[in-house]
Amino acid sequence: MKSLNLKAALVSLLIFLALLGIWYTATQPAPGTPAASTAGLSAEQIEYQKMMGKDPGSTKTTGFPTLGQMGTAIWKQVSNPLYDNGPNDKGILIQLGHSLARVGLGFLLACAVAVPLGFVIGMSPLLRRALDPFIQVLKPISPLAWMPLALYTIKDSSISGIFVIFICSVWPMLINTAFGVASVKREWLNVASTLEVNPLRKAFQVILPAAAPTILTGMRISMGIAWLVIVAAEMLVGGTGIGYFVWNEWNNLSLTNVIFAILVIGIVGMLLDLAFAQLQKVVTYVE
Amino acid sequence: MQEFLKVERLGKAFSANRPVFADVSFSIGKGEFVCIIGHSGCGKTTILNVLAGLDSASAGHVFMDKREIGGPSLERGVVFQSHALMPWLTVRKNIAFAVVSRWPDWTAAQVNTHVEKFVAMVGLSAAIDKKPSQLSGGMKQRVGIARAFAIQPKMLLLDEPFGALDALTRGTIQDELMAIVRETQQTVFMITHDVDEAILLADRILLMSNGTDNDGVYAPGRIAEEVSNPLPRERTRAGLHHLPGYYELRNHIVDFLVTRAKAH
Repeated sequence: MKSLNLKAALVSLLIFLALLGIWYTATQPAPGTPAASTAGLSAEQIEYQKMMGKDPGSTKTTGFPTLGQMGTAIWKQVSNPLYDNGPNDKGILIQLGHSLARVGLGFLLACAVAVPLGFVIGMSPLLRRALDPFIQVLKPISPLAWMPLALYTIKDSSISGIFVIFICSVWPMLINTAFGVASVKREWLNVASTLEVNPLRKAFQVILPAAAPTILTGMRISMGIAWLVIVAAEMLVGGTGIGYFVWNEWNNLSLTNVIFAILVIGIVGMLLDLAFAQLQKVVTYVE
Repeated sequence: MQEFLKVERLGKAFSANRPVFADVSFSIGKGEFVCIIGHSGCGKTTILNVLAGLDSASAGHVFMDKREIGGPSLERGVVFQSHALMPWLTVRKNIAFAVVSRWPDWTAAQVNTHVEKFVAMVGLSAAIDKKPSQLSGGMKQRVGIARAFAIQPKMLLLDEPFGALDALTRGTIQDELMAIVRETQQTVFMITHDVDEAILLADRILLMSNGTDNDGVYAPGRIAEEVSNPLPRERTRAGLHHLPGYYELRNHIVDFLVTRAKAH
């Protein structure tokens, strides 16, 4: 088992190096067409060439950053992650902090609504059927479609972002909680009944731990979706956050920073998912 | 023997004119061990669930201590066929859950002492802090039995508790159960499929028949016969088949199951 992990890590490393290699060769200045010689051209002619976008003195590049440029950009961002030079120029950690705060707040609000409501839906077949059409219609709506409505009613772009996170994380949690609660084994409920356990204690000590793995799965899916949506939402509302950072750097035509942001988004998303995987392990039981 | 539990004209129908069983009446004395035996589908488990208060009958009444049973109660401990332990709790916490339900005012130390006493009773002290998934089927069922005894109910209801166990384990736990029941003078109602198990444990055996169609006339399931166990109460599993009267009793029950109970 251990050797399998080791082998897998080695293969991963090789793939990573191969990708870097492809990037390196693809962004090399094309050989064979060395800088067009300026010899034999008068100063006016050179000036004219430059004006036409055919600078004979410069080397031709694809415009895509090279590995070296990428490395410098990453180092620049990582070495000074907390600087704040006004609204359009903040360090990566500050931007991440804004995004994570929005995601966290929206997600917690969604938990506060989805888990109790899911409990009730899971316990009551009547409510399950009554609310099902609403859930089925609301669930497939892209969370960004709510954005204009949110902006109009809330009149605050930052809170609108939080609302969008709330609305996208609420459905997986709601559906999973309801399903987990509804499929708690009959025998455990029978045990609770024969022991005359009161409803509150039954909810917290029997149904909740029994449904916890399913609920946590819902939360994990919700968190994944929330992290996908926050980038798009921040591109729309602007101001702060990792999504805004991407858009801003695109406007700056700084592809290195865009690529850096993409990496950061991926890594943070992975860490969030790992955190929920750990939580899931804690509540999972073997029958 | 003092009459403790009384079942009067009990019936259960899922479709109105074809009740699964009807007119089931019997009583159980205090300290008596009664087994009910019959084929699958005759309604044994439904009867037990009605006694437990988990199910309601379509007709008839059940009285315990002269009071009608209207729902589940701590007065009646249930051992489920599938042991029904909560897999996220250790053995200790599974039983403590029941003990706290019975005596909510007890301190943690009191609960713990009580739990340890009943875990020791079924010989599982070494496994007290294990989760059910780490236990064998027989050990899980022992925990189920300890949980039912731990609330010190007036009556114990056992729904085929050894059905899923292998023969050797079953024998051991039968002996343990018999010893505990004799010692605590517990009143027990138990479902079984196993004729020898019924003869070993029960003071009285109820033979139940399935619902049948005879020439287009439907007869619902009922208690066809009550058999008193004539064997001495101090019997053991090992010596059972040497006792006079054992084979007559066994043959009688097997004949009933084969010819009269009408399995589907």
